[in-house]
Amino acid sequence: MTRWGMVIDLDRCTGCAACEVACKSENNIATVPSRQADMGRAISWMKVMTEVEGEFPNNTLQFYPRPCMHCDNPPCITVCPVRATYINDEGLVGQIYPRCIGCRYCANACPYTVKYFNWYGPEWSESERRHLNPDVSVRPKGVIEKCTFCHHRLQKAREAARAEGRVLREEDYQPACAEVCPTGAIVFGDLDNPNHRVAELKEDPRAMRLLEDLGTQPKVYYLRSRQ
Amino acid sequence: MRADVRDKLASLPEDERVLLRPLVDTSPRFYMVAAVLAAVVVWGFVAYYLQVRYGLGRTGLNRPEYWGIYIICFVFFIGISHAGTLISAILRVSQAEWRRSITRSAELITVLVIGFGAIQPIIDLGRPDRLLNVVFHAQLRSPLLWDVISIGLYFTSCTIYLYVPLLPDLAIIRDSGIKAPRLYRFLAAGYQDTVVQRARLERVIAILSVAVIPIAISVHTIIGWIFAMTLRPMWHSTIFGPYFVIGAIHSGIAAILVAMVVLRRVYGLEHYFRAVHFDYLGKMLLILSCLWFYFTFAEHLTVLYGAEPAEMRTFWAKISGRYAVPFWTMVGGCFLVPFVLMARRATRTPAGVFIAGIAVVIGMWLERYNIVVPTSVNPIWEMEAIGRYLPSWIEISIMAGALAGFTLLYMVATKFVPIVSIWEIKEARAVVEEVAERVRRYSSGFTTPKLTDSA
Repeated sequence: MTRWGMVIDLDRCTGCAACEVACKSENNIATVPSRQADMGRAISWMKVMTEVEGEFPNNTLQFYPRPCMHCDNPPCITVCPVRATYINDEGLVGQIYPRCIGCRYCANACPYTVKYFNWYGPEWSESERRHLNPDVSVRPKGVIEKCTFCHHRLQKAREAARAEGRVLREEDYQPACAEVCPTGAIVFGDLDNPNHRVAELKEDPRAMRLLEDLGTQPKVYYLRSRQ
Repeated sequence: MRADVRDKLASLPEDERVLLRPLVDTSPRFYMVAAVLAAVVVWGFVAYYLQVRYGLGRTGLNRPEYWGIYIICFVFFIGISHAGTLISAILRVSQAEWRRSITRSAELITVLVIGFGAIQPIIDLGRPDRLLNVVFHAQLRSPLLWDVISIGLYFTSCTIYLYVPLLPDLAIIRDSGIKAPRLYRFLAAGYQDTVVQRARLERVIAILSVAVIPIAISVHTIIGWIFAMTLRPMWHSTIFGPYFVIGAIHSGIAAILVAMVVLRRVYGLEHYFRAVHFDYLGKMLLILSCLWFYFTFAEHLTVLYGAEPAEMRTFWAKISGRYAVPFWTMVGGCFLVPFVLMARRATRTPAGVFIAGIAVVIGMWLERYNIVVPTSVNPIWEMEAIGRYLPSWIEISIMAGALAGFTLLYMVATKFVPIVSIWEIKEARAVVEEVAERVRRYSSGFTTPKLTDSA
């Protein structure tokens, strides 16, 4: 059984935020005016969280790139009154934008705060508009959205593999954040496939998941920093 | 008032004369207050129009403060609605004779406020145009859907529970001919107050008053569960179901008391809302303020003792942090003020219960604020705990519109139905002997007939 997941090596992450930018560009995420961002309304499916340890100047920074955890036991899907958020056979947690009524119950239920709401409709400048990704639907105002592990790339990769008459390889399907990470900190693949790197990395002694004790079974693993 | 109406009114017995008077006699002050309230309602509609047009961005909501004033008002209004039905049903079932003059005004609050509560989550929706998806794509695992079902059932049963005991009074108005004959002929539905009809009516009321109690309790339990079913700090608590029910009854009784004091004053109902009513309801408010304190204390002590880091952030935000002012105002309004005033017979007067009632209503609004906001801004994952929330004028206007709308509707309703049940008051005078017999039965275990005879 395929279970798409991610392993993020915190020792390799430099906090460059290339993953954030790649994600926004890949998934047609509009930027918001700075005042809106200050209010906590910026949308960032992948977000590099920064934890400061110690007091300046004897402090260290720890970066946590944080996508949707695509939990095996997602608290967001049971609370949705209209089944607008769901988990599919391959463990991807999706959101049906045309069905979502915008009650934001799922956003409250998510312990990782990865669900974003469209407080206003998205706006792009004319130059940005020309670069919108035709593979990803744009979201109207008033609905919830979140990281999809770039599942549109999976659809394409699967079609390509079928056309070439071969099985899907690990490198065929990579989300934008993993593809762009300059230090290779983000590794993506099928957690249940022994030929994929994530299957081995998730067994690393450094591997941990966020808020593991909640029992949500996230499919995003972090390799703890060695220091 | 027209002369023929005045003559008709004057020819009625005393109860009808006093209690039907508001239906045909409206003071200029009523119109003035109604006009002000109507203006606030219109203002609320304008605010909602702007929100629908431009998006929920016009509110102060953000990430992680996904829910705000609308959800607070949702819990608040539905809580107030527990006034009527639950109190009146409990009093009817327990055959408390003093209930007779207060049930109508209480039941009317329930039915009229419930709509204003039910629309709040719809106002809160990002896509109100897709509301019917909760029918087409219903997912029964969602507590929000349980809520849709239970509020629907509650509204239906409360409306029937208001209407059925209204029938004899509607027939009285129809027969007196003082107002809108066709309307009341329709509303009275052919009720003639025959012995058979009266017996059936009382049977239906008896069944309804038992049926609405579990329905009313389920409604606020489920509203508590909406919060409790998430994993969020200080929401994920088993106490929430009963805690919400107690809070709802607390605010409900407070609302009845405020309404009774105002009605008594403006419609001269001193003969119907007597010292004994304020005394008894004041005692109920006292008990509920103690229960409310007990639940609040139990909840917060358990959190403090467990000292889970994520919960403690929310806890200290309430006790001594950014939300200390609303928190301690809530404790004052929900417990200290009603406790001090209602513990003494001397202050269980109309003036005393009015102050205590207002304090509880404000306190219970703040209670919902203290449940929704401090938890929302403190998500379980600490790095996201950066939230702030300042309601925008749009949210405040919509809330003001809803409050004004409810008050206006209640005022207008007092012009169409007698706010004290006429037939039940009359029945009270007829059943004095029956009640005396019942009371005698209670004590028969102590004074056996034989002993009485020999004495």
